[in-house]
Amino acid sequence: MNILVCISQVPDTTTKVAVGTDGKTIEKTGVKFILNPYDEFTIEEGLRLREKFGGSVTALTVGGDTAKEILRTALAMGVDKAVFVKDDNREDSYSVAVNIAEVAKSMQPDVVVLGRQSIDYDSFAMASMVGELLDMPSISVVSKWNIEGNTVIAERDIEGGKEVVETTLPCVISAQKGLNDPRYPKLPDIMKAKSKPIEERTGVASSSRVQTFSMELPQSKRVGKILGDTDTDISELVRLLHEEAKVI
Amino acid sequence: MSTIVVYLEQKGNELKRSSLEAITAALGVTGSTVIGLLVGGDAPSVQLAGEYGLKECAVANHDLLQAYSSTAVSATIAEFAKSVGATSVFFGATAAGKEISPRVSVKLNAGFVPDCVALEANSGSIVASRPVYAGKAKINMAVTTTVGVYSLRPNVFTARKVDNPTAVSVREFTPTLSAHDCRMKVTNVLRNEGKLDVSEADIIVSGGRGMKGAENFHLVESLGKVLGAAVGASRAVVDAGWRPHGEQVGQTGKTVSPNLYIACGISGAVQHLAGMSSSKVIVAINKDKDAPIFKVADYGIVGDVFDVLPKLTAKLTH
Ligand SMILES: Cc1cc2nc3c(=O)[nH]c(=O)nc-3n(C[C@H](O)[C@H](O)[C@H](O)COP(=O)(O)OP(=O)(O)OC[C@H]3O[C@@H](n4cnc5c(N)ncnc54)[C@H](O)[C@@H]3O)c2cc1C
Ligand SMILES: Nc1ncnc2c1ncn2[C@@H]1O[C@H](COP(=O)(O)O)[C@@H](O)[C@H]1O
Repeated sequence: MNILVCISQVPDTTTKVAVGTDGKTIEKTGVKFILNPYDEFTIEEGLRLREKFGGSVTALTVGGDTAKEILRTALAMGVDKAVFVKDDNREDSYSVAVNIAEVAKSMQPDVVVLGRQSIDYDSFAMASMVGELLDMPSISVVSKWNIEGNTVIAERDIEGGKEVVETTLPCVISAQKGLNDPRYPKLPDIMKAKSKPIEERTGVASSSRVQTFSMELPQSKRVGKILGDTDTDISELVRLLHEEAKVI
Repeated sequence: MSTIVVYLEQKGNELKRSSLEAITAALGVTGSTVIGLLVGGDAPSVQLAGEYGLKECAVANHDLLQAYSSTAVSATIAEFAKSVGATSVFFGATAAGKEISPRVSVKLNAGFVPDCVALEANSGSIVASRPVYAGKAKINMAVTTTVGVYSLRPNVFTARKVDNPTAVSVREFTPTLSAHDCRMKVTNVLRNEGKLDVSEADIIVSGGRGMKGAENFHLVESLGKVLGAAVGASRAVVDAGWRPHGEQVGQTGKTVSPNLYIACGISGAVQHLAGMSSSKVIVAINKDKDAPIFKVADYGIVGDVFDVLPKLTAKLTH
């Protein structure tokens, strides 16, 4: 099985976000960048498919130079090949999708695995976009799936339950937490990964389909009435919810 | 003159509230014609949309739309949008909306703005705001293409009834689908029976590590019951196995914006706030007066959940 896993690099979740000098993106100085947490599931799923069906796993990331680091993580976890496409335009999912699709077309994967969301721009878009560009079916937010022969049966999370979806290979899925339990790379593998080759490709330039005017930090407009825990306080909370907030 | 197509989603035989919210949002873009599109659904339900100001609606039907197929639905929406010369297509950012809207954007060569929390129409074009970095920042953006596709975070836009509603004029639309468009289909839906899901609830009562154990969640459930609320949980609680993953609110769980969110024994870590900070009203109950959750709370009780929850439940029961 020819497996492509797409992974992205994001700021650490505990990052304090400040607006950068361009007024449109975050200030990157001092920010620690990590592998998108969902893409731990992405890589793991690729490896498990290989364990089950044989074949090879290619990890791909589209991003700035620092993004190569996460390919080292993927190599340490056990992917066979790493591809890096340089393209800094992250505001537009479409331009990333075009680059992913371009690599995919050159390798004809049976399965493309992505993560549910990239926790920087939280777009939830890539699996569907890549699927559309490759003219492949895609299933987003998959928490369980099974491939038998050419048939794919997957469960994806929806409001209040799960949807069972049936399709055929080749296909694209995005991984939800719970799909698997990602392995931790072992120290010797981390060391070995440092000297493994990373194939670099130039991105396809596609003009951005969106434009960001400004980034702002949210202003809390909360009332912020903090009460104690006496009977009177609790009655007051009930009154406020009824009369002031009018939510119950 | 712009034309906005609003994709109407149903739950059972009724329009989802997120679709009604999208109608109100679309009508707010002045100078546009708003057309609803229901795909393979139950036409009578669209009359409700009339109360929210929708005048025109198409119902797409085709043999190949019998079973839900996200690829077929995407193809249908894109074909319809082209046929009416749509300048924008609106979706609710629901599980289905999130899956099909990016596909539709690619089919329409349209710029895509997901998860909008505000829309402003400026001289004919739409400026959208969306949260990024788990809600730690917001960006204001617009599409640079002729057509734009937008998904709207549920329960952030208000669905507003209009004063003089008229009957919705409904027409049929027959898409040109092929078997290729239906290579995937939903064969079954497994519902969590009898349980209200956090992503669909008006009120959520969530418990965190402060609840101390699975056995104490009856306190959260009881409060939830008197309020008709869904039960939510922090990741700490889900990781500990006290509650199922489906209840997790936050960056790696569900994004919710109920009218009322009550956080019980939850510290308010950024990843938790990411999932609930757009709630209309937030109440925090925590024994630590410095807990970060109080910074986003409208109302707070500094106290012990084991003492406060039963009292609050009792007062609300009467
Ligand atoms: C990549 C990543 C993703 C994450 N995603 C999520 C996510 O989706 N959702 C999420 O929730 N978290 C997420 N987290 C975890 C998050 O960082 C916190 O660890 C978690 O939210 C803490 O849960 P908590 O508030 O229940 O527990 P704690 O932080 O331990 O807080 C417990 C709170 O209870 C209070 N308390 C204790 N006893 C009582 C009492 N008797 N009465 C009243 N109050 C009491 C304490 O004062 C404290 O404030 C994520 C973390 C990472 C790294
Ligand atoms: N720059 C990127 N390079 C490679 N894969 C990406 C990139 N951005 C997003 N992805 C993939 O798409 C998934 C969903 O991201 P998104 O749709 O941007 O929220 C991620 O979990 C990755 O698998």
